[in-house]
Amino acid sequence: MKPAVILFPGSNREQDAVRALRLVAGAKPQVVWHAEHELPKGTDLVVLPGGFSYGDYLRCGAIAARANIMDAVRAHAARGGLVLGICNGFQILCEAGLLPGVLVRNARLRFVCREVLLRVERADTPFTKAYRKGELIRIPVAHGEGNFTASEANLARIEGDGRVAFRYARRDGQIDETDGPNGAINGIAGIYSEKFNVLGMMPHPENYIEPEIGPTDGRGLFESLAGALKAA
Amino acid sequence: MKARVIVTLKSAVLDPQGKAIEGALRSLGVAGVQSVRQGKVFDVELAGNDRTAAEGALKDACDKLLANTVIETYKVEFAE
Repeated sequence: MKPAVILFPGSNREQDAVRALRLVAGAKPQVVWHAEHELPKGTDLVVLPGGFSYGDYLRCGAIAARANIMDAVRAHAARGGLVLGICNGFQILCEAGLLPGVLVRNARLRFVCREVLLRVERADTPFTKAYRKGELIRIPVAHGEGNFTASEANLARIEGDGRVAFRYARRDGQIDETDGPNGAINGIAGIYSEKFNVLGMMPHPENYIEPEIGPTDGRGLFESLAGALKAA
Repeated sequence: MKARVIVTLKSAVLDPQGKAIEGALRSLGVAGVQSVRQGKVFDVELAGNDRTAAEGALKDACDKLLANTVIETYKVEFAE
């Protein structure tokens, strides 16, 4: 496994991503500056970390999505390479056109920083094999603009193709969008690309990996990636 | 040449910020405000005087960066 974590000005969770990849997946991630034009040779996973690239100027993720390195990330994704965008990384993937839709201001206008329950919608992707379908996992969120929305046509396509990765759920496993942290349509917390090799999600699995800190429900995602990339 | 680009949310897109501003205006006692939608304004200076070229460049700028056409529309005005 050869992950590259992209660093933009204003990223602040890149070391959390590096730590999770190291501790859970046993990888040696390389941190790559956004101004680079190429990914390190042999990169098989690109991680766009959380943070506030360019201070969220213009729209969150908008300027980072036009960075030099993004052409290489796009080419990597087009070859079927795995890409994981967390929080600001998800916003960047949407702005870059690698995922459909957009993340807008939370419905209640509040920055939310708390734990949420996520329902794992499918367990047959490189990102979720270590989970069970329908499993409820505890993962923290920290964002002001995580309200996912998409055009009616795109939303129908996302749902029709089963491309929702995670939804904000209640304890009984039901989805209640008005109850979620940000008002995202259909309770969507994360989505896949058409070929299921790109995942964008608002919650931070990289922050729930160590029992000393709290729950470890985020480990499954990195275990899944390690398994998928070992097999490849 | 000077131009102004105005980016606004599409009418079908909810605007919680506009709603909050609307509520604040109401609580300030500003009369007659029916609704508020928030947008962005960019004042752009362009080299040369070719209006057609400028329109083309600004359209390019909006489509590539200034607006997210999933949720926003834009309009360009030139200073007379």
